[in-house]
Amino acid sequence: MSIQVQQLTKIFGEQKAINNISFEVGKGEILGFLGPNGAGKSTTMKITTCFLPPSSGSVKVCGLDVTEEPLLIKSKVGYLPENNPLYLEMYVREYLAFIGNVHGLKGKTLQSRIDEMIALCGLTREQNKKIEMLSKGYRQRVGLAQALIHDPEVLILDEPTTGLDPNQIVEIRALIKKISKDKTVIFSTHIMQEVQALCDRVVVIDRGEIVANDKIEQLKSKQVEVATVLVEFEENIGVEGLLSIEGVISADHITENKIKIKATTESDIRPKIFAFASKHNFTLLGLQQEEVTMENVFQELTKNKNV
Amino acid sequence: MFEILRKELNGFLNSLIAYIVISVFLTGIGLLMWVFPETSVLEYGYADMETLFALGPYVFMFLIPAITMRMFAEEKKAGTIELLLTKPLTDWQIILGKYFSGFLLVLFALIPTLVYYYTIYQLGNPVGNVDTAGVVGSYIGLALLGGVFTSIGVFSSLITTNQIVSFIIAVFLCFIFYTGFESLASINVWGAASLFLEQLGIVYHYRAMSKGLLDTRNLIYFLSLISVMLMFTKFILGSRRW
Repeated sequence: MSIQVQQLTKIFGEQKAINNISFEVGKGEILGFLGPNGAGKSTTMKITTCFLPPSSGSVKVCGLDVTEEPLLIKSKVGYLPENNPLYLEMYVREYLAFIGNVHGLKGKTLQSRIDEMIALCGLTREQNKKIEMLSKGYRQRVGLAQALIHDPEVLILDEPTTGLDPNQIVEIRALIKKISKDKTVIFSTHIMQEVQALCDRVVVIDRGEIVANDKIEQLKSKQVEVATVLVEFEENIGVEGLLSIEGVISADHITENKIKIKATTESDIRPKIFAFASKHNFTLLGLQQEEVTMENVFQELTKNKNV
Repeated sequence: MFEILRKELNGFLNSLIAYIVISVFLTGIGLLMWVFPETSVLEYGYADMETLFALGPYVFMFLIPAITMRMFAEEKKAGTIELLLTKPLTDWQIILGKYFSGFLLVLFALIPTLVYYYTIYQLGNPVGNVDTAGVVGSYIGLALLGGVFTSIGVFSSLITTNQIVSFIIAVFLCFIFYTGFESLASINVWGAASLFLEQLGIVYHYRAMSKGLLDTRNLIYFLSLISVMLMFTKFILGSRRW
Protein backbone atom coordinates (compact mmCIF):
# COMPACT_ATOMS: atom_id res chain seq x y z
CA MET A 1 0.00 0.00 0.00
CA SER A 2 1.40 3.36 -0.96
CA ILE A 3 -0.94 5.43 1.12
CA GLN A 4 -2.92 4.32 4.14
CA VAL A 5 -5.28 6.72 5.83
CA GLN A 6 -6.75 5.40 9.04
CA GLN A 7 -9.48 7.05 11.09
CA LEU A 8 -8.15 10.43 10.15
CA THR A 9 -9.77 13.43 11.81
CA LYS A 10 -8.81 17.05 11.42
CA ILE A 11 -10.34 19.77 13.52
CA PHE A 12 -9.90 23.49 12.86
CA GLY A 13 -11.01 25.29 15.98
CA GLU A 14 -14.60 24.25 16.39
CA GLN A 15 -15.05 22.82 12.95
CA LYS A 16 -14.42 19.25 11.96
CA ALA A 17 -12.91 19.46 8.49
CA ILE A 18 -12.41 15.71 8.24
CA ASN A 19 -14.28 13.25 10.35
CA ASN A 20 -12.82 9.81 10.88
CA ILE A 21 -12.02 8.83 7.30
CA SER A 22 -10.09 5.76 6.21
CA PHE A 23 -8.97 4.65 2.78
CA GLU A 24 -6.01 3.09 1.05
CA VAL A 25 -4.29 3.59 -2.25
CA GLY A 26 -2.33 0.74 -3.79
CA LYS A 27 0.93 1.06 -5.64
CA GLY A 28 0.49 2.25 -9.19
CA GLU A 29 -3.14 3.16 -8.70
CA ILE A 30 -4.77 6.42 -9.81
CA LEU A 31 -7.26 7.51 -7.21
CA GLY A 32 -9.79 10.23 -7.87
CA PHE A 33 -10.63 12.25 -4.84
CA LEU A 34 -14.02 13.71 -5.36
CA GLY A 35 -16.24 16.03 -3.43
CA PRO A 36 -17.98 19.37 -3.44
CA ASN A 37 -16.04 22.48 -2.47
CA GLY A 38 -15.17 22.52 1.20
CA ALA A 39 -15.60 18.78 1.63
CA GLY A 40 -12.14 18.25 3.04
CA LYS A 41 -10.23 17.15 -0.06
CA SER A 42 -7.46 19.71 0.21
CA THR A 43 -7.14 19.22 3.94
CA THR A 44 -6.65 15.48 3.48
CA MET A 45 -4.00 16.15 0.86
CA LYS A 46 -2.23 18.68 3.03
CA ILE A 47 -2.04 16.14 5.80
CA THR A 48 -0.72 13.49 3.41
CA THR A 49 2.04 15.87 2.27
CA CYS A 50 2.99 16.70 5.87
CA PHE A 51 1.93 20.33 5.57
CA LEU A 52 -0.68 19.99 8.29
CA PRO A 53 -0.67 17.49 11.14
CA PRO A 54 -3.65 15.20 11.75
CA SER A 55 -5.78 15.90 14.84
CA SER A 56 -6.16 12.19 15.35
CA GLY A 57 -5.77 9.02 13.36
CA SER A 58 -2.81 8.18 11.19
CA VAL A 59 -1.62 8.63 7.64
CA LYS A 60 1.10 6.44 6.24
CA VAL A 61 2.87 7.16 2.98
CA CYS A 62 5.13 4.41 1.62
CA GLY A 63 4.85 2.78 5.04
CA LEU A 64 6.09 5.91 6.87
CA ASP A 65 3.99 7.84 9.32
CA VAL A 66 3.50 11.55 8.53
CA THR A 67 4.11 12.63 12.10
CA GLU A 68 7.30 10.58 12.48
CA GLU A 69 9.17 10.82 9.20
CA PRO A 70 8.00 13.99 7.46
CA LEU A 71 11.32 14.71 5.72
CA LEU A 72 11.57 11.22 4.24
CA ILE A 73 7.96 11.35 3.06
CA LYS A 74 8.44 14.78 1.53
CA SER A 75 11.32 13.44 -0.52
CA LYS A 76 9.14 10.62 -1.89
CA VAL A 77 6.08 12.70 -2.67
CA GLY A 78 5.49 15.09 -5.52
CA TYR A 79 2.86 17.65 -4.66
CA LEU A 80 0.99 20.19 -6.73
CA PRO A 81 -0.90 22.41 -4.28
CA GLU A 82 -4.25 23.94 -5.03
CA ASN A 83 -4.03 27.07 -7.22
CA ASN A 84 -0.49 26.06 -8.16
CA PRO A 85 1.67 28.58 -6.29
CA LEU A 86 4.83 29.51 -8.20
CA TYR A 87 7.66 31.99 -7.87
CA LEU A 88 6.50 34.21 -10.70
CA GLU A 89 9.70 36.22 -10.88
CA MET A 90 11.78 33.11 -11.62
CA TYR A 91 12.60 31.66 -15.00
CA VAL A 92 11.22 28.22 -15.81
CA ARG A 93 14.61 26.49 -15.79
CA GLU A 94 15.76 28.43 -12.76
CA TYR A 95 12.66 27.40 -10.87
CA LEU A 96 13.01 23.73 -11.75
CA ALA A 97 16.70 23.88 -10.81
CA PHE A 98 15.79 25.36 -7.44
CA ILE A 99 13.24 22.64 -6.71
CA GLY A 100 15.69 20.01 -7.95
CA ASN A 101 18.36 21.44 -5.64
CA VAL A 102 16.02 21.26 -2.71
CA HIS A 103 15.55 17.59 -3.49
CA GLY A 104 19.29 17.10 -3.54
CA LEU A 105 19.78 16.86 -7.31
CA LYS A 106 22.98 18.43 -8.56
CA GLY A 107 25.11 19.07 -11.63
CA LYS A 108 24.57 16.85 -14.64
CA THR A 109 21.83 14.73 -13.10
CA LEU A 110 19.89 17.89 -12.32
CA GLN A 111 20.31 19.31 -15.83
CA SER A 112 19.24 16.06 -17.46
CA ARG A 113 16.22 15.79 -15.14
CA ILE A 114 15.22 19.36 -16.01
CA ASP A 115 15.54 18.60 -19.74
CA GLU A 116 13.46 15.46 -19.28
CA MET A 117 10.72 17.28 -17.37
CA ILE A 118 10.63 20.09 -19.91
CA ALA A 119 10.21 17.61 -22.73
CA LEU A 120 7.66 15.53 -20.82
CA CYS A 121 5.52 18.49 -19.84
CA GLY A 122 5.69 20.15 -23.23
CA LEU A 123 7.55 23.22 -22.06
CA THR A 124 10.29 23.20 -24.69
CA ARG A 125 9.23 26.47 -26.27
CA GLU A 126 8.66 28.18 -22.93
CA GLN A 127 11.71 26.95 -21.07
CA ASN A 128 13.61 30.24 -21.20
CA LYS A 129 10.71 32.45 -20.21
CA LYS A 130 9.85 33.95 -16.90
CA ILE A 131 7.01 32.11 -15.18
CA GLU A 132 4.95 35.30 -14.93
CA MET A 133 4.95 35.48 -18.74
CA LEU A 134 3.30 32.07 -19.10
CA SER A 135 -0.38 31.40 -19.59
CA LYS A 136 -2.30 29.49 -16.97
CA GLY A 137 -2.03 26.19 -18.83
CA TYR A 138 1.73 26.45 -19.09
CA ARG A 139 2.05 27.49 -15.48
CA GLN A 140 0.15 24.32 -14.60
CA ARG A 141 2.70 22.34 -16.59
CA VAL A 142 5.50 24.03 -14.70
CA GLY A 143 3.72 23.04 -11.49
CA LEU A 144 3.55 19.44 -12.67
CA ALA A 145 7.19 19.46 -13.79
CA GLN A 146 8.12 20.74 -10.35
CA ALA A 147 6.17 17.96 -8.66
CA LEU A 148 7.87 15.35 -10.84
CA ILE A 149 11.47 16.53 -10.92
CA HIS A 150 12.71 14.12 -8.26
CA ASP A 151 10.86 11.14 -9.74
CA PRO A 152 8.55 10.70 -6.74
CA GLU A 153 6.86 7.43 -5.85
CA VAL A 154 3.64 9.19 -4.97
CA LEU A 155 2.08 12.09 -6.79
CA ILE A 156 -0.53 14.25 -5.10
CA LEU A 157 -2.34 16.75 -7.28
CA ASP A 158 -4.84 19.14 -5.79
CA GLU A 159 -7.32 20.23 -8.46
CA PRO A 160 -4.78 20.23 -11.28
CA THR A 161 -7.24 21.34 -13.95
CA THR A 162 -9.16 24.10 -12.21
CA GLY A 163 -9.43 27.30 -14.20
CA LEU A 164 -8.10 25.90 -17.46
CA ASP A 165 -9.88 26.09 -20.78
CA PRO A 166 -11.26 22.85 -22.28
CA ASN A 167 -8.27 22.27 -24.54
CA GLN A 168 -5.85 22.78 -21.72
CA ILE A 169 -7.86 20.47 -19.51
CA VAL A 170 -7.58 17.71 -22.09
CA GLU A 171 -3.85 18.31 -22.44
CA ILE A 172 -3.18 18.31 -18.72
CA ARG A 173 -5.26 15.17 -18.33
CA ALA A 174 -3.29 13.42 -21.04
CA LEU A 175 -0.13 14.51 -19.30
CA ILE A 176 -1.29 13.14 -15.97
CA LYS A 177 -2.21 9.87 -17.65
CA LYS A 178 1.23 9.70 -19.25
CA ILE A 179 3.22 10.34 -16.09
CA SER A 180 1.11 8.17 -13.87
CA LYS A 181 2.12 4.90 -15.45
CA ASP A 182 4.48 3.79 -12.73
CA LYS A 183 3.40 6.03 -9.90
CA THR A 184 0.73 6.17 -7.31
CA VAL A 185 -1.44 9.18 -7.97
CA ILE A 186 -4.10 10.85 -5.89
CA PHE A 187 -5.82 13.71 -7.51
CA SER A 188 -8.73 15.80 -6.39
CA THR A 189 -11.35 17.45 -8.48
CA HIS A 190 -14.96 18.41 -8.55
CA ILE A 191 -15.20 17.80 -12.27
CA MET A 192 -16.78 14.43 -12.87
CA GLN A 193 -15.66 13.70 -16.40
CA GLU A 194 -12.14 13.98 -15.19
CA VAL A 195 -12.59 11.08 -12.85
CA GLN A 196 -14.09 8.98 -15.63
CA ALA A 197 -11.24 9.88 -17.93
CA LEU A 198 -8.41 9.18 -15.53
CA CYS A 199 -9.09 7.17 -12.47
CA ASP A 200 -9.16 3.54 -11.52
CA ARG A 201 -11.00 4.17 -8.34
CA VAL A 202 -12.89 7.00 -6.69
CA VAL A 203 -13.22 8.17 -3.14
CA VAL A 204 -16.12 10.54 -2.73
CA ILE A 205 -15.99 12.74 0.30
CA ASP A 206 -18.69 15.07 1.55
CA ARG A 207 -18.59 17.26 4.64
CA GLY A 208 -15.53 15.51 5.92
CA GLU A 209 -16.89 12.00 5.55
CA ILE A 210 -16.37 9.34 2.95
CA VAL A 211 -19.62 8.60 1.18
CA ALA A 212 -18.24 6.22 -1.42
CA ASN A 213 -15.03 4.36 -2.15
CA ASP A 214 -15.30 2.19 -5.21
CA LYS A 215 -14.43 1.47 -8.81
CA ILE A 216 -16.24 3.84 -11.14
CA GLU A 217 -18.42 1.22 -12.80
CA GLN A 218 -19.56 -0.26 -9.53
CA LEU A 219 -20.26 3.14 -8.17
CA LYS A 220 -22.54 3.90 -11.08
CA SER A 221 -24.55 0.73 -10.84
CA LYS A 222 -24.77 0.85 -7.08
CA GLN A 223 -25.85 4.35 -6.61
CA VAL A 224 -28.34 5.04 -9.30
CA GLU A 225 -31.66 3.47 -8.44
CA VAL A 226 -33.68 5.47 -10.89
CA ALA A 227 -33.45 5.09 -14.64
CA THR A 228 -34.51 7.98 -16.78
CA VAL A 229 -36.09 7.22 -20.15
CA LEU A 230 -37.06 9.72 -22.78
CA VAL A 231 -39.98 8.69 -24.99
CA GLU A 232 -41.45 10.45 -27.97
CA PHE A 233 -44.84 9.63 -29.42
CA GLU A 234 -46.36 10.92 -32.61
CA GLU A 235 -49.60 11.42 -30.79
CA ASN A 236 -50.12 13.79 -27.95
CA ILE A 237 -50.97 11.54 -25.03
CA GLY A 238 -51.52 12.05 -21.36
CA VAL A 239 -49.22 10.71 -18.69
CA GLU A 240 -51.87 8.74 -16.78
CA GLY A 241 -51.56 5.70 -19.01
CA LEU A 242 -47.82 5.66 -18.66
CA LEU A 243 -47.97 5.92 -14.89
CA SER A 244 -49.98 2.71 -14.80
CA ILE A 245 -47.05 0.76 -16.20
CA GLU A 246 -45.41 -1.30 -13.54
CA GLY A 247 -42.16 0.26 -12.28
CA VAL A 248 -42.79 3.81 -13.45
CA ILE A 249 -42.25 6.34 -10.70
CA SER A 250 -43.03 9.53 -12.54
CA ALA A 251 -43.78 10.77 -16.02
CA ASP A 252 -43.64 14.37 -17.12
CA HIS A 253 -44.14 16.14 -20.42
CA ILE A 254 -41.07 17.90 -21.66
CA THR A 255 -42.71 19.07 -24.86
CA GLU A 256 -46.13 18.06 -26.15
CA ASN A 257 -44.93 14.78 -27.54
CA LYS A 258 -41.87 14.07 -25.48
CA ILE A 259 -42.19 12.54 -22.07
CA LYS A 260 -39.56 11.95 -19.48
CA ILE A 261 -40.14 8.80 -17.49
CA LYS A 262 -38.41 7.85 -14.31
CA ALA A 263 -38.53 4.21 -13.35
CA THR A 264 -36.96 1.77 -10.95
CA THR A 265 -33.94 -0.11 -12.16
CA GLU A 266 -35.17 -3.51 -11.04
CA SER A 267 -36.05 -4.40 -14.60
CA ASP A 268 -35.66 -2.58 -17.88
CA ILE A 269 -38.64 -0.34 -18.42
CA ARG A 270 -38.23 0.06 -22.16
CA PRO A 271 -39.91 -3.15 -23.37
CA LYS A 272 -42.90 -2.30 -21.20
CA ILE A 273 -43.19 1.12 -22.75
CA PHE A 274 -43.00 -0.43 -26.19
CA ALA A 275 -45.71 -2.93 -25.26
CA PHE A 276 -47.82 -0.12 -23.89
CA ALA A 277 -47.47 1.84 -27.12
CA SER A 278 -48.37 -1.05 -29.38
CA LYS A 279 -51.31 -2.05 -27.19
CA HIS A 280 -52.82 1.43 -27.47
CA ASN A 281 -51.78 1.88 -31.11
CA PHE A 282 -49.50 4.83 -30.40
CA THR A 283 -46.63 5.48 -32.75
CA LEU A 284 -43.41 5.39 -30.86
CA LEU A 285 -40.86 7.76 -32.40
CA GLY A 286 -38.14 7.60 -29.85
CA LEU A 287 -37.16 5.60 -26.81
CA GLN A 288 -33.92 6.44 -25.18
CA GLN A 289 -32.47 5.64 -21.80
CA GLU A 290 -30.22 8.34 -20.40
CA GLU A 291 -26.66 7.27 -19.68
CA VAL A 292 -25.78 7.30 -16.03
CA THR A 293 -23.05 9.89 -15.66
CA MET A 294 -20.73 10.57 -12.82
CA GLU A 295 -22.61 13.80 -12.29
CA ASN A 296 -25.71 11.83 -11.37
CA VAL A 297 -23.74 9.62 -9.06
CA PHE A 298 -22.07 12.58 -7.46
CA GLN A 299 -25.35 14.35 -6.90
CA GLU A 300 -26.93 11.21 -5.53
CA LEU A 301 -24.11 10.70 -3.11
CA THR A 302 -23.76 14.21 -1.83
CA LYS A 303 -27.31 15.48 -1.88
CA ASN A 304 -28.69 13.51 1.04
CA LYS A 305 -26.79 15.44 3.61
CA ASN A 306 -27.47 18.82 2.13
CA VAL A 307 -31.14 18.58 2.99
CA MET B 1 19.83 25.80 3.70
CA PHE B 2 22.12 26.79 0.83
CA GLU B 3 19.38 26.19 -1.74
CA ILE B 4 17.17 28.71 0.02
CA LEU B 5 20.08 31.10 0.55
CA ARG B 6 20.91 30.99 -3.13
CA LYS B 7 17.31 31.41 -4.18
CA GLU B 8 16.84 34.44 -1.94
CA LEU B 9 20.09 36.06 -3.07
CA ASN B 10 19.15 35.48 -6.71
CA GLY B 11 15.81 37.05 -5.91
CA PHE B 12 17.51 40.14 -4.50
CA LEU B 13 19.83 40.44 -7.47
CA ASN B 14 17.17 39.81 -10.11
CA SER B 15 14.61 42.17 -8.65
CA LEU B 16 16.95 45.16 -8.20
CA ILE B 17 16.33 45.11 -4.45
CA ALA B 18 20.00 44.42 -3.80
CA TYR B 19 21.22 47.27 -6.00
CA ILE B 20 18.73 49.73 -4.60
CA VAL B 21 19.50 48.83 -0.99
CA ILE B 22 23.25 49.00 -1.46
CA SER B 23 23.21 52.20 -3.47
CA VAL B 24 20.79 53.96 -1.12
CA PHE B 25 22.89 52.97 1.86
CA LEU B 26 26.14 54.09 0.28
CA THR B 27 24.72 57.32 -1.12
CA GLY B 28 23.09 58.20 2.18
CA ILE B 29 26.12 57.40 4.29
CA GLY B 30 28.45 59.02 1.73
CA LEU B 31 26.49 62.26 1.77
CA LEU B 32 26.35 62.33 5.54
CA MET B 33 30.02 61.58 5.90
CA TRP B 34 31.58 63.76 3.23
CA VAL B 35 29.10 66.34 1.98
CA PHE B 36 26.53 67.56 4.51
CA PRO B 37 28.39 70.12 6.60
CA GLU B 38 26.75 69.24 9.94
CA THR B 39 28.06 65.72 9.88
CA SER B 40 30.95 65.87 7.43
CA VAL B 41 34.31 64.55 8.57
CA LEU B 42 36.01 67.25 6.52
CA GLU B 43 34.30 70.03 8.48
CA TYR B 44 34.61 68.21 11.75
CA GLY B 45 38.37 68.06 11.64
CA TYR B 46 38.97 64.83 13.56
CA ALA B 47 40.16 61.74 11.73
CA ASP B 48 37.52 59.28 12.87
CA MET B 49 34.50 57.49 11.42
CA GLU B 50 32.03 58.47 14.08
CA THR B 51 29.50 59.64 11.47
CA LEU B 52 29.28 56.22 9.84
CA PHE B 53 28.96 54.36 13.11
CA ALA B 54 26.55 56.78 14.76
CA LEU B 55 24.21 57.19 11.78
CA GLY B 56 24.66 53.77 10.16
CA PRO B 57 22.28 52.09 12.65
CA TYR B 58 19.52 54.55 11.79
CA VAL B 59 19.95 53.92 8.07
CA PHE B 60 19.91 50.17 8.76
CA MET B 61 16.78 50.61 10.84
CA PHE B 62 14.87 51.46 7.66
CA LEU B 63 16.82 49.57 5.03
CA ILE B 64 16.97 46.16 6.66
CA PRO B 65 13.21 45.87 7.29
CA ALA B 66 12.80 46.84 3.64
CA ILE B 67 14.99 43.89 2.65
CA THR B 68 13.35 41.39 4.95
CA MET B 69 9.70 42.45 4.77
CA ARG B 70 8.90 40.24 1.79
CA MET B 71 10.74 37.13 2.93
CA PHE B 72 7.87 35.22 4.52
CA ALA B 73 5.02 37.68 3.97
CA GLU B 74 5.18 37.26 0.21
CA GLU B 75 5.52 33.48 0.38
CA LYS B 76 2.48 33.32 2.61
CA LYS B 77 0.45 35.59 0.40
CA ALA B 78 1.36 33.80 -2.83
CA GLY B 79 0.93 30.36 -1.24
CA THR B 80 4.48 29.34 -2.14
CA ILE B 81 5.11 28.71 1.55
CA GLU B 82 3.08 25.53 1.10
CA LEU B 83 5.44 24.55 -1.67
CA LEU B 84 8.50 25.13 0.53
CA LEU B 85 7.07 23.38 3.54
CA THR B 86 6.20 20.26 1.56
CA LYS B 87 9.75 19.92 0.25
CA PRO B 88 12.32 17.92 2.18
CA LEU B 89 13.57 20.93 4.14
CA THR B 90 13.50 21.48 7.87
CA ASP B 91 12.07 24.68 9.29
CA TRP B 92 15.55 25.72 10.38
CA GLN B 93 16.93 25.31 6.88
CA ILE B 94 14.26 27.64 5.53
CA ILE B 95 14.66 30.23 8.28
CA LEU B 96 18.46 30.25 8.27
CA GLY B 97 18.59 30.33 4.48
CA LYS B 98 16.43 33.42 4.46
CA TYR B 99 18.22 34.97 7.42
CA PHE B 100 21.71 34.61 5.99
CA SER B 101 20.65 35.90 2.59
CA GLY B 102 19.51 39.12 4.26
CA PHE B 103 22.60 39.28 6.44
CA LEU B 104 24.90 38.79 3.46
CA LEU B 105 23.21 41.65 1.66
CA VAL B 106 23.83 43.86 4.71
CA LEU B 107 27.49 42.87 4.69
CA PHE B 108 27.73 43.61 0.97
CA ALA B 109 26.43 47.09 1.70
CA LEU B 110 28.96 47.55 4.48
CA ILE B 111 32.07 46.35 2.65
CA PRO B 112 32.45 49.35 0.29
CA THR B 113 32.60 51.70 3.30
CA LEU B 114 36.05 50.24 4.03
CA VAL B 115 37.18 52.77 1.44
CA TYR B 116 36.25 55.47 3.94
CA TYR B 117 38.67 53.98 6.41
CA TYR B 118 41.45 54.15 3.85
CA THR B 119 40.57 57.77 3.01
CA ILE B 120 40.58 58.86 6.62
CA TYR B 121 43.77 56.93 7.22
CA GLN B 122 45.40 58.99 4.45
CA LEU B 123 43.83 62.28 5.59
CA GLY B 124 45.07 61.90 9.14
CA ASN B 125 47.82 64.20 10.31
CA PRO B 126 50.28 62.52 10.57
CA VAL B 127 49.06 59.89 8.04
CA GLY B 128 47.60 56.87 9.81
CA ASN B 129 46.50 58.76 12.87
CA VAL B 130 43.27 56.80 13.27
CA ASP B 131 41.99 54.73 16.16
CA THR B 132 42.16 51.48 14.18
CA ALA B 133 41.11 49.29 17.08
CA GLY B 134 38.02 51.46 17.58
CA VAL B 135 37.18 51.22 13.90
CA VAL B 136 37.51 47.40 13.88
CA GLY B 137 35.35 47.13 17.00
CA SER B 138 32.77 49.46 15.50
CA TYR B 139 32.65 47.51 12.25
CA ILE B 140 32.08 44.27 14.10
CA GLY B 141 29.45 46.03 16.21
CA LEU B 142 27.70 47.45 13.14
CA ALA B 143 27.74 44.05 11.39
CA LEU B 144 26.27 42.37 14.47
CA LEU B 145 23.70 45.12 14.75
CA GLY B 146 22.81 44.41 11.12
CA GLY B 147 22.49 40.76 12.12
CA VAL B 148 20.09 41.62 14.93
CA PHE B 149 17.98 43.87 12.70
CA THR B 150 17.85 41.14 10.05
CA SER B 151 16.60 38.59 12.58
CA ILE B 152 13.97 41.06 13.76
CA GLY B 153 12.99 41.62 10.13
CA VAL B 154 12.68 37.90 9.35
CA PHE B 155 10.55 37.45 12.45
CA SER B 156 8.26 40.37 11.56
CA SER B 157 7.89 39.06 8.06
CA LEU B 158 6.53 35.76 9.34
CA ILE B 159 3.84 37.14 11.61
CA THR B 160 1.87 38.82 8.82
CA THR B 161 0.98 38.39 5.17
CA ASN B 162 1.15 42.10 4.55
CA GLN B 163 4.57 43.45 3.65
CA ILE B 164 3.84 46.98 4.84
CA VAL B 165 2.69 45.75 8.23
CA SER B 166 5.80 43.61 8.40
CA PHE B 167 7.99 46.62 7.57
CA ILE B 168 6.40 48.83 10.21
CA ILE B 169 6.61 46.17 12.93
CA ALA B 170 10.25 45.54 12.07
CA VAL B 171 11.19 49.24 12.15
CA PHE B 172 9.41 49.63 15.46
CA LEU B 173 11.09 46.61 17.04
CA CYS B 174 14.50 47.68 15.73
CA PHE B 175 13.97 51.11 17.24
CA ILE B 176 12.86 49.70 20.60
CA PHE B 177 15.84 47.38 20.77
CA TYR B 178 18.33 49.95 19.55
CA THR B 179 17.60 53.02 21.68
CA GLY B 180 14.21 52.33 23.21
CA PHE B 181 15.51 50.47 26.23
CA GLU B 182 18.12 53.10 26.96
CA SER B 183 15.59 55.90 26.73
CA LEU B 184 13.21 53.99 28.99
CA ALA B 185 16.00 53.44 31.48
CA SER B 186 16.59 57.18 31.67
CA ILE B 187 13.15 57.71 33.20
CA ASN B 188 13.79 58.25 36.86
CA VAL B 189 11.59 55.52 38.31
CA TRP B 190 13.60 52.35 37.96
CA GLY B 191 16.18 52.75 40.67
CA ALA B 192 18.69 49.96 40.57
CA ALA B 193 16.91 48.24 37.68
CA SER B 194 17.74 51.01 35.26
CA LEU B 195 21.22 49.67 34.50
CA PHE B 196 19.73 46.27 33.74
CA LEU B 197 17.17 47.90 31.46
CA GLU B 198 19.87 49.86 29.69
CA GLN B 199 21.84 46.68 29.14
CA LEU B 200 18.87 45.10 27.39
CA GLY B 201 19.21 47.67 24.61
CA ILE B 202 21.60 47.37 21.72
CA VAL B 203 23.16 50.80 22.01
CA TYR B 204 24.84 50.04 25.34
CA HIS B 205 26.75 47.12 23.86
CA TYR B 206 27.33 48.79 20.53
CA ARG B 207 28.94 51.77 22.22
CA ALA B 208 31.17 49.50 24.27
CA MET B 209 32.39 47.77 21.12
CA SER B 210 33.10 51.05 19.35
CA LYS B 211 35.77 51.74 21.94
CA GLY B 212 37.72 48.92 20.36
CA LEU B 213 37.09 46.62 23.27
CA LEU B 214 35.80 43.22 22.18
CA ASP B 215 34.24 42.03 25.39
CA THR B 216 32.71 38.55 25.14
CA ARG B 217 29.69 39.78 27.11
CA ASN B 218 28.81 42.14 24.27
CA LEU B 219 29.35 39.46 21.64
CA ILE B 220 27.19 37.06 23.63
CA TYR B 221 24.50 39.72 23.92
CA PHE B 222 24.31 40.19 20.14
CA LEU B 223 24.42 36.50 19.36
CA SER B 224 21.76 35.71 21.95
CA LEU B 225 19.47 38.40 20.63
CA ILE B 226 19.81 36.98 17.11
CA SER B 227 19.21 33.44 18.38
CA VAL B 228 16.18 34.46 20.40
CA MET B 229 14.58 36.25 17.46
CA LEU B 230 15.25 33.28 15.18
CA MET B 231 13.86 30.90 17.77
CA PHE B 232 10.67 32.95 17.93
CA THR B 233 10.56 32.71 14.15
CA LYS B 234 10.97 28.94 14.30
CA PHE B 235 8.30 28.76 16.98
CA ILE B 236 5.80 30.64 14.83
CA LEU B 237 6.65 28.72 11.68
CA GLY B 238 6.19 25.50 13.64
CA SER B 239 2.89 26.66 15.10
CA ARG B 240 1.01 25.37 12.05
CA ARG B 241 1.56 21.95 13.56
CA TRP B 242 -0.77 22.52 16.43
